[in-house]
Amino acid sequence: MVGPPLRAEGLARRFGGMTVLAGVDLALETGETVVLLGPNGAGKTTLLRILALLLAPTDGRLLLFGSDAARAPAALRRRIGYVGHEISCYPELSAAENLAFYARLFRVSEAPGRIARLLAWAGLDGTGRRPVRTYSRGMGQRLALARALLHEPDVLILDEPVSGLDPDAVERLQQQLLELRAAGHSTLLATHDVERAAPIASRLAILHRGRIAWAHDGRGADAAVIVAAYRAVVAGSA
Amino acid sequence: MRDALVILAKDLRIEWRTREGLSSVLVLGVLLVVVLTIAQDPSPETAPTLAPGVLWAAFVLTGMLGVQRAFVLERENDCLAGLLTAPLDPAAIYAGKLASNVVLLGVTQAVVVPLTGLFLHLDLVPRLPALLLVCLLGNVGFASLATLFGALAIRVRAREIMLPLLLLPLLVPLLIGAVQATRAVLVGGLAAASSGLGVLAAFDVIFAVAGWLLFAYVVRD
Repeated sequence: MVGPPLRAEGLARRFGGMTVLAGVDLALETGETVVLLGPNGAGKTTLLRILALLLAPTDGRLLLFGSDAARAPAALRRRIGYVGHEISCYPELSAAENLAFYARLFRVSEAPGRIARLLAWAGLDGTGRRPVRTYSRGMGQRLALARALLHEPDVLILDEPVSGLDPDAVERLQQQLLELRAAGHSTLLATHDVERAAPIASRLAILHRGRIAWAHDGRGADAAVIVAAYRAVVAGSA
Repeated sequence: MRDALVILAKDLRIEWRTREGLSSVLVLGVLLVVVLTIAQDPSPETAPTLAPGVLWAAFVLTGMLGVQRAFVLERENDCLAGLLTAPLDPAAIYAGKLASNVVLLGVTQAVVVPLTGLFLHLDLVPRLPALLLVCLLGNVGFASLATLFGALAIRVRAREIMLPLLLLPLLVPLLIGAVQATRAVLVGGLAAASSGLGVLAAFDVIFAVAGWLLFAYVVRD
């Protein structure tokens, strides 16, 4: 399976009579970090759930590494790491037990060593034996990122990973995302935090009313430019 | 199969640690048996005809509580998304959840059956192997259907109402077969229960296969 990590062509999704995505074209190249911005209800989460193979589009085509995602979803899931709005870890299990559970499902080789390294990377090595229900929001979010990276995916899909985090936790997560980019991971990140998104973005896009309403290659895209574009799009003048 | 065992082991570990599902199911089961048997005050002659109703009413009501609990685990922190993004066949999730529901209901049966015998003054020991077979077949049939509808019910808002509404009408054939087979076992032995056992076995196969095939459509949007 060769080809760009992710290519969406005319993705549409309707729920009953409501159109949430109205034909989204989006590409993610190897080693890129694409930041997806958009107001609440723009369709970001729906788009990311489709790209993470959690939701089927009602129309359009999704190619992952050159393969039609509808044809071989199980093999392609192995190459994707997804963090949604919630951390997808069992509160009564410890961080290490959660990672060990997912390691078995993803057939991760040498799982104990990999889990120990990821817990250290996420700053959870001292608390890895504690039940996840005792974790703060920031610790949970770092665990979610470690879970998504467990099987060494080529593509990371992150849905508002900094939501609800304090400034220190946001900075730490931002640093971790830069490390992942340097390590060659392709990342698609949805966020509202324009200021923090700009430095880590290879490209930016604004999703509005189910369509990509604005796109930027990332060069010279400081926060002021992005905020201006965002406001223009949401106001309907772009 | 391996993925199903991984999911089963995870569910049992969580259950062992919290004992939330098991304790609530056992308390309800014991309460139902006590109320249903004391209300009837049966004679030794009527006890074998009363016991099947007591047993299966207790199993179904406790079973529904247990199945709801099994999927609450996956709803917390959106753990279901974690399972669905893993490279496994959704049928393996169904098999793992089915197995965990069978174990939970089996533990309930292990408590409720002797308790019913005690309260109804029934000597169940000579009929225990045949009774265990009926309980196992009924358990698997119930869990096959309830696991499928439990997964469906967590996706809707009024899930506590939806599960019984969806499940109970479809359970009628299983309950008729289970009650008939249990009564036949208690009155006459295993040979007398053949038609009821046939209904249970057919129900198990049909709904286990249906669950296996349909689960992917139920859990994905």
